[in-house]
Amino acid sequence: MTDLGWWGVPLGVLGGALRVSTPFLFVSLGECITEKSGRINLGLEGIMVMGAMAGYAVSLASGNPWLGVLAAGFAGLALGLLHGLICNLARVNDIAVGIGLMLFGTGFAFFLGKPYIQPKAPNLPAFSLGGWSELPQVQAALQVSPLLLIGIALAFALAWALCNTRWGLVLRMVGDSSDAARAMGYNVNLVRTLATAAGGLLAGVGGSFLSLYYPGSWTEGLSSGQGLMAVALVIFARWNPVYCFYAALMFGGAGSLGPALQSVGITSGYYLYNAAPYVLTLAIMLATCSPTRTLAGAPGELSIVR
Amino acid sequence: MFSKRGVIFAAIAAAGLVGLAACGKKEEPVKPAVKAETPKPAPLKIAFAYVGPVGDGGWTFAHDNGRKAAIKEFGDRIQTSFVENVPESADAERVIRDMASQGNKLVFGTTFGYMEPMLKVAGEFKEVRFEHATGFKSADNMRAYDVRAYEGAYVAGVIAGKMTKSNTLGFVASIPIPEVVRNINAFTLGAQSVNPKVKTKVVWVNKWFDPGKEAEAATALINGGADILLQNTDSSAVLQTAEKMGKYAFGWDSDMTAYGPKAHLASSIINWGPYYKKAIKDVLDGTWTVEANWWGMKQGAIDVVSISDVVPAEVKKLAEDKKAEIREGKFSIWTGPLTDNTGKQVLAKDTTGDDKFVASIMFFVKGVEGKVPSGK
Repeated sequence: MTDLGWWGVPLGVLGGALRVSTPFLFVSLGECITEKSGRINLGLEGIMVMGAMAGYAVSLASGNPWLGVLAAGFAGLALGLLHGLICNLARVNDIAVGIGLMLFGTGFAFFLGKPYIQPKAPNLPAFSLGGWSELPQVQAALQVSPLLLIGIALAFALAWALCNTRWGLVLRMVGDSSDAARAMGYNVNLVRTLATAAGGLLAGVGGSFLSLYYPGSWTEGLSSGQGLMAVALVIFARWNPVYCFYAALMFGGAGSLGPALQSVGITSGYYLYNAAPYVLTLAIMLATCSPTRTLAGAPGELSIVR
Repeated sequence: MFSKRGVIFAAIAAAGLVGLAACGKKEEPVKPAVKAETPKPAPLKIAFAYVGPVGDGGWTFAHDNGRKAAIKEFGDRIQTSFVENVPESADAERVIRDMASQGNKLVFGTTFGYMEPMLKVAGEFKEVRFEHATGFKSADNMRAYDVRAYEGAYVAGVIAGKMTKSNTLGFVASIPIPEVVRNINAFTLGAQSVNPKVKTKVVWVNKWFDPGKEAEAATALINGGADILLQNTDSSAVLQTAEKMGKYAFGWDSDMTAYGPKAHLASSIINWGPYYKKAIKDVLDGTWTVEANWWGMKQGAIDVVSISDVVPAEVKKLAEDKKAEIREGKFSIWTGPLTDNTGKQVLAKDTTGDDKFVASIMFFVKGVEGKVPSGK
C-alpha cells in the first residue's frame, strides 16, 4: 500500500464525511419536516437509538438487513406518532415531551436490546464509488452505503416538494401561521402529528444505519449524541433540506479529523480535534444567536422562535 | 429578541440532555443477580461496579465471566450483584457507597478511574473489603489487583509481526495511562522480535467504550497503511472494521472470533475467574490482607486463544512457545537494551525492568510513532 502522507488527511475527512454523515442526514431531514410544521422534537436521539435496536433485532431474526431498516422506520414512526399525539393535548410543551421521549427511547432500547448485544446480524451492503482508483485508501474512502444515496435523493426531493406540492405548502403554512391554516380549513394538529411521525420514521432509519452499516452492530454506546446534534444542524441549515445534506457532510467530516490527523503523526492537541463535532455544534449555536441577523427560513410557529 | 433567547434556551436544553441521558443509564438499581434460596449461614454479599455494559463483548464481559466463575465455585455461600455503566466520575463514589451501605462485605471496582472514589468510600466503611482493578493505591481495607495484559499484547505482536505485509501495525488506544502505553509497547516489541522493520501507528480515542469512535480510528489507521490492528478499547468495533476493510485484527479481553471471523487472527483474553475466586476465598477464610496481585499467564489470568487458521503453523508454534516461556518465567518482555522512540536508553543491556518499572511506563519504545500525550 502506498503511503499517502499528508494527502491521507483530506481523504480521511472525505471518507468520514461519506461514512458518518448518513445518520445526521436522516435525523436532520426528519427534524426538518417536523419543525416545518411548527413543532420541535428533541426526542430524535431516543428514536434513533430505538431504531438502531429494532433494525438490528429484525435483521438478526429475518436475515435480511433491509427488513431491519423497515422495522427501524416503523419503530421511529410509532415513537414520532406518540410525540405528535401527546403534543396535541392542550398546554403541552413540545420541548419537554421531546426530552421525555429521548430518555424513554434510549432506556427502552437498552432494556429490549440486551439479548442482541452479542449475536451478529447481517449488515447492509456497501457501494464502491472508488473503482476507478488504484489506491486502496481512495477505494476505502469512497465506500458508501445505499442509505446515503437514498438520503441524498430524499433531501433534494423534500426541498422540491416543500415548494412545489400541495402537501409541502400545507405543511409550511401550518408551521408559519396556524391561524391562516385554520382559516383555510386545515386541521393543524393532524398535519403536525403526521409531520412528527414522518420525522420519527426518518430518524429511525438513521438509527438503523448505525447498527446495520457503520459501526455495524448493536451496542449501548452506539449513538454519542448524534440525534441531538442533528437538531442543532437543522437550525444551522436554515430549515432547508439541501443545506441539511451539506451540514451533515460537514459534521461527518469533522468527526474524522482527529483520527485522520493522528494517523499521519499529529498527536498533540488530539483532545481538541476529537471534540471537533461538538465544538462545531457550539460554534453554530453561537453563530445562529447573532444579534445582527435573523433566522431566515424559521417557521413562524416554532416554539423556539416564537 | 425572543428568538435569540429561544435558541439559546434550546442550546442549553440540548447540552443538558446529554447529561440527563447519561444519568438515565446509571439509575439501574443494584439487583442481586443470584438469590440464595435458603441460606444457612448468611451468604457473603459481594458487589461489582462495571464501567461498561456486560454486553460490551470485551472488558466488562470478561469481568462478568469472572463473577460467574466465582458463583460456580462458591454456590450459595456468596450472593453477588453488579451495576453496569458506572461512569468514572463522581457517580462512581455514589454507586460504590451504595454498595457498601447495602450490606456488601466485598466490593470490586473494575476500572482505573474508580481508584479515588473507592479510596474515599473505603475510609468510611472499615468493615467492608474493597478490591480495585488496575490501580496503584491501597488502604487498610482496600487493595489493588491487575492482570498483565501486556503479555497477551506481546504474543499478539509476535503473530502480527509475521503476518504483516506493510510492516505497519495500527493500535487503537483509549486513554494515555501506563497500562495502555505498556500494551502498545509490548505489541510493538513482540512484532519486532520476529520482524525488526515493524513500526506501530497509534490513534487515541479517549474513551474506553465508543464503537463509533473506535471504528473511525481503525479506519484512519488502515488508510494510513496499517494492515494489522490491535486495540486497548472495550468493544469489538476495531475487529469489525478490519473485517469490512479486508485487514487483520485481534480480539481483546474476550474471545471475539464471532465478530469478524475473516479478520480475526487471535484473541488476547483476560480470565478474571482465578483471581475473583482467590479474593473471595480470602474473605471467606478470614485471610484477606492488603497485598498487590498482578497476575499474568503464569496464574492463568491472561491467555492468547483461538489463533486463526490463516496463521501458518510455524507462526502458531512461535506464539505458543512464547506463551510457554512467559508462563514458566523463562522470558521477560522488559529486558534491555531497550530504547524509547526518541533514542534514549531506558534499560541497559542485560537488565530487566521490575514491576515498579513496568507499572510506570509512560514512553513509547523505538518503532512506535508519535509521543505519549501528556496530561491525564
